[in-house]
Amino acid sequence: MTIVKKQEGAALTIYLEGRLDTSTAPQLDAEVENLDGVTKLVLDMKKLVYLSSAGLRSILSLQKRMSRQGSMVVRNVCDVIMEVFEMTGFTDILTIE
Amino acid sequence: MIERNFPARADQLEAVQTFITDQIKDSPFSKRTLFQIRVAVEEIFINIASYAYRSSEGEAVVRCGVEHDRLGILIQFLDRGKPFNPLLKKDADITLPAQERDIGGLGILMVKKAMDNVEYRYENGQNILTMRKTIERSE
Repeated sequence: MTIVKKQEGAALTIYLEGRLDTSTAPQLDAEVENLDGVTKLVLDMKKLVYLSSAGLRSILSLQKRMSRQGSMVVRNVCDVIMEVFEMTGFTDILTIE
Repeated sequence: MIERNFPARADQLEAVQTFITDQIKDSPFSKRTLFQIRVAVEEIFINIASYAYRSSEGEAVVRCGVEHDRLGILIQFLDRGKPFNPLLKKDADITLPAQERDIGGLGILMVKKAMDNVEYRYENGQNILTMRKTIERSE
């Protein structure tokens, strides 16, 4: 998967492209290891085509961290990934735009 | 039904997915159904790769058959690891607030929701997990 980060001050946008699964979730975890000073995190999923429970774990962990230090928004979610969020109750804990 | 053996290791996931996809690529599955099958295959295979053999090397047999008469797909996973029924694992509580949510139990919950039918049995020293999904035709 391809991960692109764009930071503007305390706002960080992460563009996810490809598949977020068992093989690639560690890649995302590594990219967000240091979020010092970030108070707004945006996860852009426009080019994300697949998400499994391994990816959900990374997203949950990010949400927990950002709830403590600011806010997190998930945007541009396609239908099939939205369905994953719905079936796992993630629609209740994420802010999806 | 066609079957293939894979080393029960997480790095084999892509090969397993390709094997399943190859069996169904000519069937009229919708994008949504293909996605759900992919999720279920990943969760079960990674479960076997992570827990079935502990530190020793083992194999997983993956079987796949498209049931044209019933418009469905059947996928079976067999391993000779320790007896383990993943369906007995407690589902993740998806009603808790984010801070209280646990990261476990999400995978098997997704399998149950993505597939129409999932069964486990232990037979002749093998864990056998069978899952079925009815075809949702692509438009």
